[in-house]
Amino acid sequence: MAEEHKPPQDFTLRIRRYDPDAGSGAYWDEHTIQLEPHRSVLEAILQAKARFDGSIGIRCSCRAAICGSCGVRINGEPGLACHTHLDKAQAGSKDGVIKVEPMGNMPVIKDLIVDMDAVHWKKIRRVTPWLINKQPIPEREYIVDATAMVDVTQSMACIQCGACVSDCLSMEVDPEFIGPAALAKAYRFVGDPRDAEQHERLKHLAEDPAGIYDCTHCFKCIEACPKGVAPMSQIMRLRRRAGSDAKVNDRNNGHRHEKAFTTLIKDNGLLWEAELLPRSYGGDSWFGKFAPAAAGELVSSLPAITTALLRRKVTPMGALKPHKIPKDDLKDVQRIYKDVEGRDERVEFNLYISGVDEDNEPPTVEEPAAEEATS
Amino acid sequence: MKVAYWPGCVSRGFTPELHGSMAQVAPLLDIELVPLDRASCCGAGVIAEHNQELADTLNARTFALAQQVEGAELMMNICSTCQGAQSECQERLDASAEYRDIINANLEGGLSYEKGLTNKNFLWLLVEEIGLDALKEKVTRPLTNLKVGPFYGCYIVRPTPRLGIDAETPRDQYLDQVIDALGGTVIDYAGSHKCCGFPIITMNKQASLAQAGRHLGDAVDADADCLVTPCPLCHLNLDLQQPLAEKVVGRQLNMPVLHLPQLVGLALGLTPKELGLARHVVKPTAVVDWTTSVVAGVGDSAGGW
Repeated sequence: MAEEHKPPQDFTLRIRRYDPDAGSGAYWDEHTIQLEPHRSVLEAILQAKARFDGSIGIRCSCRAAICGSCGVRINGEPGLACHTHLDKAQAGSKDGVIKVEPMGNMPVIKDLIVDMDAVHWKKIRRVTPWLINKQPIPEREYIVDATAMVDVTQSMACIQCGACVSDCLSMEVDPEFIGPAALAKAYRFVGDPRDAEQHERLKHLAEDPAGIYDCTHCFKCIEACPKGVAPMSQIMRLRRRAGSDAKVNDRNNGHRHEKAFTTLIKDNGLLWEAELLPRSYGGDSWFGKFAPAAAGELVSSLPAITTALLRRKVTPMGALKPHKIPKDDLKDVQRIYKDVEGRDERVEFNLYISGVDEDNEPPTVEEPAAEEATS
Repeated sequence: MKVAYWPGCVSRGFTPELHGSMAQVAPLLDIELVPLDRASCCGAGVIAEHNQELADTLNARTFALAQQVEGAELMMNICSTCQGAQSECQERLDASAEYRDIINANLEGGLSYEKGLTNKNFLWLLVEEIGLDALKEKVTRPLTNLKVGPFYGCYIVRPTPRLGIDAETPRDQYLDQVIDALGGTVIDYAGSHKCCGFPIITMNKQASLAQAGRHLGDAVDADADCLVTPCPLCHLNLDLQQPLAEKVVGRQLNMPVLHLPQLVGLALGLTPKELGLARHVVKPTAVVDWTTSVVAGVGDSAGGW
């Protein structure tokens, strides 16, 4: 449906300014510009730069959400300045003023320009972001099954804008974390049937203390990505491949944790927290807690455990005995495990690739209008 | 209203005061809880990480059980993580009839999930079904002068399209609205919508506790008396692990963390003892101004621990 364009109106931008060479701190700068509401925040910044202050630093190129240059934070949320309409940005602001800041987790070069080399590209390079050919290299092109590449199309949609890096909550406390963009890129090659080093890649990513198991599952990158790459979902796919397929029993407890959790639900139907911790460290059985790694962790957790017991938060019986669902239901759950895990192939349903059934889409014509048309 | 009630695992395990306080608060709000005793763990994203079909089947089983509860208007949970993990599975199940058939074929015993279940966290139910005005009317002991920082938990605020969050349905602001309706003062601080760090506590303890410590510290700096959360897993990292988080961030925190039904229960006149407030690692009495706050009663021997 063609939208009617509204006339130009005033929008006020509050831009975060900072020049490390100036020797003074960061400050806020306000400019009011006039543009149609459907125009982008980037156009507003460029107009402010042209009309009021040529020294405003902003990186941009295509202005069509393809090049990934103009990543910024608008009202605290990461996104592409060229891909955000002014009216929507204004609606999302607390006081009617559109707040524009540089992206997070990366050092500021000047104003809205961050140092992508220092963080984002460095991390991308860390995952060997190219195809390692299977040998022998064919004389002509590689032939792959037509459906084999579908799985990686989602991660291939990445335009390297850094919006997910900007908002990654793990990176906020652990700058070493490889991070969402680079890990999505890693899956692009792990999922590529032509790559020769998939196992090695998975091993490195799982064993790295700042690798796939450093993701805290906060969904920030999924929310941030302007291209629907869902980096966190790619990280979960990497974990699935590393643990279940490549059988990497990593030193970060990642796979053991996943296995222990899954087994505890199979055995009890509900989670038995007191067993999950030692098994994540020591291995997936009741004896796991006696492994040296688990014993050490239990000792270091003793103050917390003792307090919990003293406050009757956790009862000794509750810690020693799991709660279970009724017997017949537990049998049913265990049958489901057997059926699903017994199959050779995993069924994975990805909405990005499959889309949504047509009858789920909202109707394109409003009902009253349709009635009028028929009457 | 009658709801198919999914309490989750942790509310019956390491945070029993959550399940307990919900049971106390429900009758005061005319909510009839029909517990889904036969249902299994939602998988908390971990089972989906292991095998997506397995997680979707287990949750489809839970949804089917909820749909069998006669007279229930919807399914209600009291855990942000359950909400997020179940919404993720439901999104896939509702998107495609073909996929739904595949998953339903895994179910037996007359169970089958039909598209379109309503599954709401207690927080959403409070605002959307009961309503803030009706809630206000039920308040017998307003939380006057109690400065409360909301801590939502990731799973209940992201991704916004999946969770039905938009300008008309600002579910990511509901906790603020509820604190306000109960008469408390909402504290705006940096960590309210961030991650508590719990999911990586066994993988990277340092980073996990650094996250918890950072947000607790931000709340301290913003002068909060306590935090409130709809997520028991956040509660584990923010409360149970707080002494260790203090060591990681190198500062004293002493920040009590309440479960949502506990905060509601206090305003509805329940005693701190009834709400299990004494079971927390960080005692709610430690930082609260006793002369002005309702939580003052927590330390009162007459109110009883």
